[in-house]
Amino acid sequence: MAELKTGTIVKVAGPVVIAKGMLGSKMYDVVRVSKHNLIGEIVELKGDTASIQVYEDTVSIGPGEPVVNTGAPLSVELGPGLIESIYDGIQRPLDELYKAQGNYILRGSQLPGLNREKRWHFKPVIGNGTEVSPGDVIGEVQESSILLHKIMIPAGISGKIEELNEGDYTVEQKIAVVHSGNGTHEIKMMQKWPVRLGRTSKKRLSPNAILQTGQRVIDTFFPIAKGGTACVPGPFGTGKTVVQHQLAKWVDADVVVYVGCGERGNEMTDVLTEFPELKDPRSGEPLMKRSVLIANTSDMPVAAREASVYTGITIAEYFRDMGYTVALMADSTSRWAEAMREISTRLEEMPAEEGYPAYLAARIASFYERAGRIDCLGKPEREGALSIIGAVSPPGGDLSDSVVQATLHVVKVFWSLMARLAQQRHFPAIDWLTSYSFYKQYLPGCYKDKQEGLEMVELTQQAMNLLEQESQLAEIVRLVGSEAISPADRMVLQTAKSIREDYLHQNAFHEVDTYTSMEKQFQMLKNIIHFHGKALEAINNDVETADIFKLGVWEDISRSSFVPEEQIEQVVKIRDKIDEQIGSLGAVKK
Amino acid sequence: MLTEYQTVQSISGPLMLVEGVSDARYGEMVEIQIGDGSTRHGQILQVDGQKVLVQVFEGTEGIDIDSSIVRLLGKPQQLAVSPDILGRVFSGTGKPIDGGAEIIAEKFLNINGNPINPYSRDYPNEFIQTGISTIDGLNPLVRGQKLPIFSGSGLPHDEITAQLARQATVLGKGEQFAVVFAAMGITFEAAQFFINDLESTGAIERAVLFINLANDPAIERIATPRVALTAAEYLAFDRDMHVLVILNDMTNYCEALRQISAARKEVPGRRGYPGYLYTDLATIYERAGRIKKKKGSITMVPVLTMPEDDKTHPVPDLTGYITEGQIILSRSLNRKAIAPPVDVLPSLSRLKDKGIGKDKTREDHADLYNQLYSAYARGKECQELATILGEAALSDEDRKYMIFANEFEKRYISQGYYDNRTIEQTLDLGWELLSMFEDTELKRIRVEFIKKYMKRK
Repeated sequence: MAELKTGTIVKVAGPVVIAKGMLGSKMYDVVRVSKHNLIGEIVELKGDTASIQVYEDTVSIGPGEPVVNTGAPLSVELGPGLIESIYDGIQRPLDELYKAQGNYILRGSQLPGLNREKRWHFKPVIGNGTEVSPGDVIGEVQESSILLHKIMIPAGISGKIEELNEGDYTVEQKIAVVHSGNGTHEIKMMQKWPVRLGRTSKKRLSPNAILQTGQRVIDTFFPIAKGGTACVPGPFGTGKTVVQHQLAKWVDADVVVYVGCGERGNEMTDVLTEFPELKDPRSGEPLMKRSVLIANTSDMPVAAREASVYTGITIAEYFRDMGYTVALMADSTSRWAEAMREISTRLEEMPAEEGYPAYLAARIASFYERAGRIDCLGKPEREGALSIIGAVSPPGGDLSDSVVQATLHVVKVFWSLMARLAQQRHFPAIDWLTSYSFYKQYLPGCYKDKQEGLEMVELTQQAMNLLEQESQLAEIVRLVGSEAISPADRMVLQTAKSIREDYLHQNAFHEVDTYTSMEKQFQMLKNIIHFHGKALEAINNDVETADIFKLGVWEDISRSSFVPEEQIEQVVKIRDKIDEQIGSLGAVKK
Repeated sequence: MLTEYQTVQSISGPLMLVEGVSDARYGEMVEIQIGDGSTRHGQILQVDGQKVLVQVFEGTEGIDIDSSIVRLLGKPQQLAVSPDILGRVFSGTGKPIDGGAEIIAEKFLNINGNPINPYSRDYPNEFIQTGISTIDGLNPLVRGQKLPIFSGSGLPHDEITAQLARQATVLGKGEQFAVVFAAMGITFEAAQFFINDLESTGAIERAVLFINLANDPAIERIATPRVALTAAEYLAFDRDMHVLVILNDMTNYCEALRQISAARKEVPGRRGYPGYLYTDLATIYERAGRIKKKKGSITMVPVLTMPEDDKTHPVPDLTGYITEGQIILSRSLNRKAIAPPVDVLPSLSRLKDKGIGKDKTREDHADLYNQLYSAYARGKECQELATILGEAALSDEDRKYMIFANEFEKRYISQGYYDNRTIEQTLDLGWELLSMFEDTELKRIRVEFIKKYMKRK
């Protein structure tokens, strides 16, 4: 092992420490600061002095103390044991830290990201003597009841594989060797990867399918694709975190990585207590069995917050490389940007807008670019996809904020949360008029029946038209009162209200309403649009709108979101009731 | 033992630069002996080689460059704690100011605390009955929550915090309860109002007060909430008490922070506040909570006055991003003599869903507040419409909602500062108000609850 370079601290200013005698260090090398062994990263080099961003509290650190360079960039450990873990921003396992040190996170703690003692049952999928190259799947470990962890050849190793045996191994034990021209490499289940570098793939592909979320306003109107990117900006109290939690719970991804970046401690506790109990609607297994949590709450050191999104995305890419669909939620990227700003200020860099560093937009863009659908490196051929959903918390809800603007430049889906809707307790408070999605064209693919898929597209367009019309009519009504507009327009208002209250509004805390399948979404929306069509016909036949508004079937429509998925035929039946009740009105007239 | 330096180089605002210091540590406390023999305290903000930047708590008036002597104390700022702190009054940095004896310390705690491991947190889910309908019924407070009051100059936040301190109880449990009150830059009158209220009910015995008044040194305020929370953590997690912490007023705290930041010539963020305001506030607010296997808890009610009632001002804005909701006071309700003037629509308690329902409050609670909210929101719109178009222009339905909103404000929101309503009273009042609507209009409530709880005359 190479000799470790040691320097001396000369300056301490909050999370930034400057050390001299660091000649030979590389940018982004990880260092150990002072006798407390704090973890830091080199962010600037000037002659033999290095500026270090320290991931822990620097109180009681002073000049003269040592700084030891580990000679390696900040990396995460990848291998079996990631699933069901909860890490801080630099991959220290919080549950293990709790066992080791108690309720508070103390400085200088060192615990490996992957458990070293636990044995995993490893099963090879290729034979000895096979030629392998980076990314090749050589074996599998059943990591949780629903996740099959694929062991891949790490970067930079290729040759002929030998001594590959089934058995129980820890992550550090040798499971095979690879002979190549330049020597022999031991293969272990654990590999490391520097967090600031995207993992390599064979080829990038465009997204081609919807990532289903079970949230009606998202799936129907503003869907996100597998391999796509989305952002959720909104002022506080509009339910960003609830949206993120709902997605983490219900997306049809194989693996979910949830990064709590500079947010509330109790929210992470909520995830920790809820996920093991909630069942995935597709596999029936606890959601925790497919989740990795990164929690760097707002009271934890700011530098580790900056690293947390990179730690999260590197883990997510690793699962993508196995050929899985992965979804990463980052809540909130504004806190990440603020961490960048804080460190930049301490480095005395020239600020751009609002004190943010000039490289803010570039960092945000390159983070979101790590999403995508790919051809995975190595054999066998497989496709992986990684979607990123980032929450943004603009000050005062002002969308001209630098972080929001930099994010909107790169993301393809925008869910705009409105304080006005949240105040009316309309949740999710996603504004249907300003939000957008570039992935709508993949919506038909969600339906087995192609005809149904096309019909769904038709329905969403009609529904959106009605909502548009409503926003225009609402202004007129405000001025002249609802009596003054035509009966047909009054019907538009009524139907649009029904779309808002009975369809778009979704109660995350109701056991049935929290998740709606694509099929049920179709049936529910079809009922509303069907009603509208029938009602307009009736109005043409001089039926009073007041009579239509009084029909009992409204109640069925408004309560259909509470009908369990198994009883979906009840939702379908509402259409007969609509025909019958509207028909009866016409009959009275005649 | 302690090293002394007589090498002050410059003094500007609350900051002092000392040179030739060889063994300084970041964040360490220093003692400054000035020409007239008195001492002041400070904290090291930056160490650069042998240059040390010190922030002086008691202000720099009267300090000179020549004769001042700086002593490094070799430790961060600490608070002496013991069970005897209950019933006592301290200064903003934790020195007794009630004329009583010094605290004989059971131990000394670093006032900055340590971040709580999210894994060791216990989820706050025990309902606290405050006796205030707008909080209990619509924005329930739970143990371990941090719920700020967003107020404005001239609004009665002092009355509400006093009412909270007086009335807050957990249903059906006789556990130990304590109040920690931190005053930051508030007036003598406001502090005295609170103390008198505690004294009149005898609650002062179970209270610890940290008082930094408007004419006390502003820089001292930076330590005050941390000192108070250190005391609260000790009472909650070492002494198994349920602690209610009231921080009044956080806007003054933030201004003190801005003062230091400006003196250090840092790049300012919005409205001159430092870019790290969010992180700084988080290290205060996040100290509320519950911890696994510990009996006690810290529930926090920070009070802040919004300059010009502007919710997007950096202080309320960043606070709202960290705390679990907010109670907003309304000037227009206050003008209508509705007390407490809680602005229901923008107020929010994020943890409400976990603290209510069957076995906690009542099964119909969640549906009921959703319905009350949406009915009141609609009623408010109709109220506004009526002021533009005149009441006659409203449809029958709109008029009904407007009447509902008026009644709701008069009976549900307005209850005065001495009415302690039980949660059942609050819930039943909600049903009573909703009884003016048809069952089919109550879309947010499950049918079975309507059948069970709606009493129509």
